[in-house]
Amino acid sequence: MTLLAIIAVLFLGGILAWLAEHFYGRGSRWISLLTLLLAAVCLNSYTPEMHDGVTFTGAPKWWDSLTLAWIPRFGIHFSLAIDGLSFLLLTLTLAMGLFGLAITWRDIKFRRGFFYFNYLWTLAGVVGVFTATDLFLFFFFWEVMLIPMLFLIAVWGYEGRLYAAIKFFIFTQASSLLMLMAIVALVYLHYNNTGQVTFDYEALLGAELPAGIAYWLMLGFFIAFAVKLPSLPFHPWLPDAHTQAPTAGSILLAAILLKTGAYGLLRFTLPLFPDASIAFAPVAMALGAASIIYGAVLAFGQRDMKRLVAYSSVSHMGFVLLGLYALNTVAIQGAVMQMIAHGLSTAALFAIVGALQHRLHTRDMTQMGGLWSELPRLSAVALFFAVATLGLPGLGNFIAEFLVLLGSFGSDRWITAIAAIGIIGAALYALLMMQRVFFGLRRQVEETPKSSAGALDLNLRETLALLSLAVALVVLGLRPQGVFNTAQPAIADVVKRIESASVARSKTSAGAAATDIAAGWPQAEQRQGDKP
Amino acid sequence: MVVSPGWVPLLPLLGFLTLIAIPLFSRREPPEKVTALIGVGSVGLAALAAAVIAATQFAGAPGAAVNISFWSWMQVNGLSLDFGFHLDWLTVVMLLIITGVGFLIHWYSAGYMRGDDGYRRYFAYLNLFVCAMLLLVLADNLVLLYLGWEGVGLCSYLLIGFWYRNPQNGAAARKAFIVTRVGDTAMAIGLFLLFREYATLNIRELLDQTQAAAANDPTITLAALLLLGGAVGKSAQLPLQTWLPDAMAGPTPVSALIHAATMVTAGVYLIARLHPLFALSNTAMSAVACVGALTLLIAGCSALVQSDIKRVLAYSTISQIGYMFLALGVGAWSGAIFHLMTHAFFKALLFLSAGSVILSLHHEQNIFAMGGLRRKIPLTFICFTIGCACLAALPLTSGFFSKDEILLHAWQAYAGFNGFWLAGIIGALITGLYSFRLLFLVFFGSEGSASAHCKDANTRGMTFPLLFLSALALLGGMLAPPLQAVFAESGEATHPPFWVEAIAVAMPLAGLAIAAWLYLLREHPHDAGQPSTLARFWYAGWGFDWLYDHALVRPFLALSRVNRNDVIDKIYRGAAVASRELHLLVSTTQNGQVRWYMATLAAGTILFLALLVAL
Repeated sequence: MTLLAIIAVLFLGGILAWLAEHFYGRGSRWISLLTLLLAAVCLNSYTPEMHDGVTFTGAPKWWDSLTLAWIPRFGIHFSLAIDGLSFLLLTLTLAMGLFGLAITWRDIKFRRGFFYFNYLWTLAGVVGVFTATDLFLFFFFWEVMLIPMLFLIAVWGYEGRLYAAIKFFIFTQASSLLMLMAIVALVYLHYNNTGQVTFDYEALLGAELPAGIAYWLMLGFFIAFAVKLPSLPFHPWLPDAHTQAPTAGSILLAAILLKTGAYGLLRFTLPLFPDASIAFAPVAMALGAASIIYGAVLAFGQRDMKRLVAYSSVSHMGFVLLGLYALNTVAIQGAVMQMIAHGLSTAALFAIVGALQHRLHTRDMTQMGGLWSELPRLSAVALFFAVATLGLPGLGNFIAEFLVLLGSFGSDRWITAIAAIGIIGAALYALLMMQRVFFGLRRQVEETPKSSAGALDLNLRETLALLSLAVALVVLGLRPQGVFNTAQPAIADVVKRIESASVARSKTSAGAAATDIAAGWPQAEQRQGDKP
Repeated sequence: MVVSPGWVPLLPLLGFLTLIAIPLFSRREPPEKVTALIGVGSVGLAALAAAVIAATQFAGAPGAAVNISFWSWMQVNGLSLDFGFHLDWLTVVMLLIITGVGFLIHWYSAGYMRGDDGYRRYFAYLNLFVCAMLLLVLADNLVLLYLGWEGVGLCSYLLIGFWYRNPQNGAAARKAFIVTRVGDTAMAIGLFLLFREYATLNIRELLDQTQAAAANDPTITLAALLLLGGAVGKSAQLPLQTWLPDAMAGPTPVSALIHAATMVTAGVYLIARLHPLFALSNTAMSAVACVGALTLLIAGCSALVQSDIKRVLAYSTISQIGYMFLALGVGAWSGAIFHLMTHAFFKALLFLSAGSVILSLHHEQNIFAMGGLRRKIPLTFICFTIGCACLAALPLTSGFFSKDEILLHAWQAYAGFNGFWLAGIIGALITGLYSFRLLFLVFFGSEGSASAHCKDANTRGMTFPLLFLSALALLGGMLAPPLQAVFAESGEATHPPFWVEAIAVAMPLAGLAIAAWLYLLREHPHDAGQPSTLARFWYAGWGFDWLYDHALVRPFLALSRVNRNDVIDKIYRGAAVASRELHLLVSTTQNGQVRWYMATLAAGTILFLALLVAL
């Protein structure tokens, strides 16, 4: 029931926050804070389960689950469940929700109630996505998180907000329709085989699908998640949405919403279609590597600081895609770590851009420069997160990228070698950003009178919020084992499915059976599995 | 008394953390004395800890080794890494150099940086650097080593760009970081390859496993070459040497510590640490030796024609590290480390004395504006002379012993006359020439334009480190570290013919003589006329910067500029525009005119009937 409580608290808190505005203007954010804290307390009750990850052999897969009948006629249940992977992402979700709230505590000037309503409902949708074990429910939450996010961008965004909001909506909506079709087709095929209508995740895992159709269904899921991730050809919504969204919205988008795509790939696409995923893996890895390089080149070319950070997300999420489709434990662990570490570092960078925009009224890096002498605290914090984003060892992002590359080198060394060049690209854009914004000579002296320089620097609330993320990144970089242990059972399960499919594949492909896989698709080379 | 090796990197780390945490508790900058006490004291204590470790656990035991693991860092499936240290004599030598020379340079910095508004930031970065460098040499696995490796790169970046208001410093800093990161990426791929083949990244396990491999195994060769890529990046060797001369934009003590004594020798340490791996592959060994030989000649020639005192020293650093690579390439492992040590002493001394010169001349760095300084700053002159003598390897100085060992091994490795030995000998002549050219131009001859307002800037806090380093540079030749057990080397080998040794001794003296003839005895060494084309080519570092600028930087900048608005986005925008145009086109049919509707209806019906009939 705790899972239901978390979601319910967020939904109800959102409604309360909206209503509260009519009585007391600032009440909404306090209600939001209480709501998030309450949700965090609920989630906290699962922490004792974390240690089970170490000895994952005999333990049940789900830490906790809940199933209520919803539309029994179509086998649709309201079923939620949590395991280590979900737990990690839920922790990230709530932590980043709190961070976004704290960092923009005073930023929202109008329609506060509606803002916090949308904020909390987005989070509620994300929590639902990370815990749903019924495909219909999953799709429901997938849509729930989309609409409030749309409002956040369209109402409180910057100059080009409507264009960005519509673009965001069309991309996500179009791709999620593909997923809906794939879900319905999957359920229908399963019904044909077994005579049982069900949207249940566990039941559908065992569905036997003809190889050609499985490939297309897999693509339906993949595209929906790849848009969200975002992967290379589907990324153009991201820079606009991230840049135009208000700071809190950018934090939600970058730190959490992108992770739903990665989660979907790991939770649904890979285990539901292991055979098709193996066949598709080289393409996906190539897309991941291409995203890494392409995102880095684009980030380097930007003038708008927020767009730079947005494109850096494309580059970093490429590592997730690469790691997931390397299909071995090391790389997938790296991908999961990347979800968390990228969430923290990018959220902090967006917070910094927001703080700068708040103070300087511009995001154009050619208008900045030399801020270090005036804003030493902000600059030092920015330096830390810029360094985190370029993957400095000792911080969480390095562990993630290193494991992804280490693992995927065992699967495909050329793609990995090309992807590794991306870490040079990360240094290029991160250091260029530091140079243009914080080093060099101050450009606009008249904008910031010297006397108020102290007041302009980060205040205590902002400093503490950013420092806590910095500490978290250091802990992830030096003691990442807790995350590995927690995520390991879910990953082991996926890898096991992939491996058994791979074994079956190698048996059949010896005979003539290889022909029934849609010809022309690139054949996956023999996976080495986990053993490097 | 047993001191845990953990203290050695921990103390500078604590210094760093204390220094950066100060603004959280106090609005005002702390007094410089407090900052200096924390910054210098933490490294001093680390040096003390290192000395105690060396004395209690390693003295008199050349084969001693200590392993210590603090926590399990990563344990994922086949990958198992500890946050652990491995100490043997190689590590201990590096520890002593880093903390000892590091401490002296910190001490010197306390005086040198006085009055700078970034005083605390400076010591914070410097402490972090020492911590990262110590982790690099202490690491028992390649990932932890990589942590230190990138960490020192970051600190190098921060300190080169320390005076951030000048955009050129920022450009030099980014160049240093990015060029070394190119090497780092090669090294990372090397790690992936090793892990794929041997399923471990622990250094000792890896070396044990590779010993089973056949000689000249292609995988080992490839891995060694990739690691060499990392080493040439960090150690500023061909072809990634271009960042080091620009790195002189940082404060001079930083150049002494990072870009002369410690960080740039990390590549030498890496190869020495993995020497069993490199020794398995003839290709890799020849590659290391070739890199060293070519670099020492190329950088030496560039050092001959520079006009900035720090750039001369920078090129000489590249050249001397070339000697170390040459030593590694011919299997003279302990010779390479010995030269690393003596080089750390005399090059730190040279940089610090150069710092005193620069400070005394109010930040003038052009050697043609100097001259005749020996009477104005006599102490600095003496220290600089000692440094130059060691750099040129005049007999009985520390540089002589270490360089001699390298040249002898180069001769023996190929059993007689060979190209590597010849390169080393020619390099020795060039080294003598540029060392004394520098000395004569700065301290002898007539006074240059800047010499007039020379005011001795040495404080007592700066003098002591200079004197200590002078003593170390002079006497360091007697401190040959006991590394034979680590490198499993036999004792004395056969002596080469007498004339070979004689040439090795004579070459630096010849260089000195030529330099004296050219720059001391001539009337007007300052106006040497138009530099020849060759001199300009050497001055520009053999055109490597030009080449990389045109081959890599400009195309990349052009690409990123052209694609700033993302071609892929254009496709989607095109789709949006197309559908809007289509919408406009179709909506023109809906114009509210009945005859237009009737006409299209009639036309449609006819077309439909025609189709029906036709089918």
